[in-house]
Amino acid sequence: MIERIREEARQRFNDVGFPTTHDEDWRFTSVSPISRTAFVPSTALLPSPVFPKGVEISKLSEAPRDLLEQHLGRYASVQTNSFVALNTANFQDGLLILIPKGVVIEEPIHLAYESSANGQPTASHPRTLVIAGADSHATIVETYAGDGGAYLTNPVTEIVAGDHSLIDHYKLQTEGARAFHVSTLQIQLGSNANFRSHSLSFGGALVRNDINAVLSEGCECTLNGLYLVAGDQHIDNHTCIDHAKPHAASHELYKGILQGRSTAVFNGKILVRKDAQKTDAKQTNKNLVLSEDAVINTKPELQILADDVRCTHGATIGQLDPEGIFYLQSRGIGRVEARNLLIFAFARDIVDRIKVEPLRAQLERILLEKLHGSRN
Amino acid sequence: MSLLEIKNLHANVAGREILKGIDLSINAGEVHAIMGPNGSGKSTLAQVLSGRDLYQVTGGQVVFDGKDLLEMAPEDRAREGIFMAFQYPVEIPGVSNLYFLKAALNAVRKHQNLPDLDAMDFLGLVKEKMALMEMDQSLLNRAVNTGFSGGEKKRNEIFQMAVLEPKLAILDETDSGLDIDALKVVANGVNALRSPERAMIVVTHYQRLLNYIVPDFVHVLAEGRIVKSGGKELALELEESGYVGIEGEAA
Repeated sequence: MIERIREEARQRFNDVGFPTTHDEDWRFTSVSPISRTAFVPSTALLPSPVFPKGVEISKLSEAPRDLLEQHLGRYASVQTNSFVALNTANFQDGLLILIPKGVVIEEPIHLAYESSANGQPTASHPRTLVIAGADSHATIVETYAGDGGAYLTNPVTEIVAGDHSLIDHYKLQTEGARAFHVSTLQIQLGSNANFRSHSLSFGGALVRNDINAVLSEGCECTLNGLYLVAGDQHIDNHTCIDHAKPHAASHELYKGILQGRSTAVFNGKILVRKDAQKTDAKQTNKNLVLSEDAVINTKPELQILADDVRCTHGATIGQLDPEGIFYLQSRGIGRVEARNLLIFAFARDIVDRIKVEPLRAQLERILLEKLHGSRN
Repeated sequence: MSLLEIKNLHANVAGREILKGIDLSINAGEVHAIMGPNGSGKSTLAQVLSGRDLYQVTGGQVVFDGKDLLEMAPEDRAREGIFMAFQYPVEIPGVSNLYFLKAALNAVRKHQNLPDLDAMDFLGLVKEKMALMEMDQSLLNRAVNTGFSGGEKKRNEIFQMAVLEPKLAILDETDSGLDIDALKVVANGVNALRSPERAMIVVTHYQRLLNYIVPDFVHVLAEGRIVKSGGKELALELEESGYVGIEGEAA
């Protein structure tokens, strides 16, 4: 079964190849540094953490065939995204995470990926399928880190969340300085499901995250994002919320901090289909640009086909408030610390939304390190 | 030697000279009121003393506690004991009042070679000073000045001053925008901080505040110069005759 979808993906990738900046979805992100590089397959192993009680985990290669038939590759389309095709054609194995109907799991399910490239560039294509039964509750944490070599991490995660389920998803990306990271998170929500994503991006030379959610009736979908880039880093966040059915709400807040010559892209698509009356969608992208050489491209993309909906969007690009810095200085707080305090304050509301305590502590540490390492 | 010695101070903003030679000497324990019409330079003087970089000092000197004040960064002035209560306190979303105050107090203490205050002592200090300013403790967990009313902001300034215990407090039009009840609370807070070790500069347009914070000296500023100095009765005189008479006298 896996071989069949692999073959389809392989063909698709052979047909279309890597996207170029002529593709609207990739206009501001050139992947030529990836397409030019000859990668060898990574020998990294599947993560094998201790999973909390109640979850059923298996390798995709050993997973029940009917479940794979029904779900694997059904949501993340090889047709619309070349990197999904690349992943599907090449993933070595993957994990099926099954949260049975009605099961409530309080401990986070943590998938930790560590990449390395000794000498030769390596590529890995982590693949995860999460099936959350009706009325289940779970928290999934994906972390991506790696060494200073040139490597590609190209994960695809599909989440199918049943009716009335409550799923929190966290992705912390702290890849190495020369890494390429292209990820796809595809979410399919049953009616009245509540899904929250927290996408936290700090590392990598070239990073692209796609998050696509398809909502059913009465769903609530929250997408939070935080990115901090410096030097020559490039980060691109593309999100798409598909309000396919009525009475669903989506809230999206992405915040970016740009330093050095870094570049960032935010593209937030909200699609409200004809049936999806009473949709309530709110999208916000805020950017703090700390250097004159940094560039942000931010674009809301709203397609509204229903007529009784509420959709709002807003994007801001700003600098640190000099009045605020002076106010803090005038109370004895040093200039650098004052600056960092304000940057931290900017990120505060995203940090505060993180309910996994160790992850929040780690995030605070990362922010402090990144801020203290910068002087511009 | 006096705590603050200002000699022939000149300052510009955006290329325009605002302060045109200020001389002022302030001793510990004294409260000096600086009055004057709009545009006379009184707020500029307060800002220059606190180190606001919008203003360029073009001449003169300021010695504070034996040190060259104009050489110091704003944070160093604060650590040396200068505190300015802002006319327009700045909102800082995302930073709690409590965190801010702790960072400020510890920065000042570090400069004095004192260890950080432990959490219990800090909270005790903060609560005591909040009671003095009749402030609700819920303000501690709110972001600095964010969503505060005008009165709450001004109280918060004096509250910070009470916690930081400066050697020289500069009140920049702290009375502006306050109703009489809030004015009394602010004045009480200020009066509680009067001490033989501490000096204050009270910048105000109106005499009203000086009914509650009674100054030892009053200086009238006009067009960037001190045109008249006197005791507290000078403020009353101004109340009677207005600034026009004073300026005429100087000219």
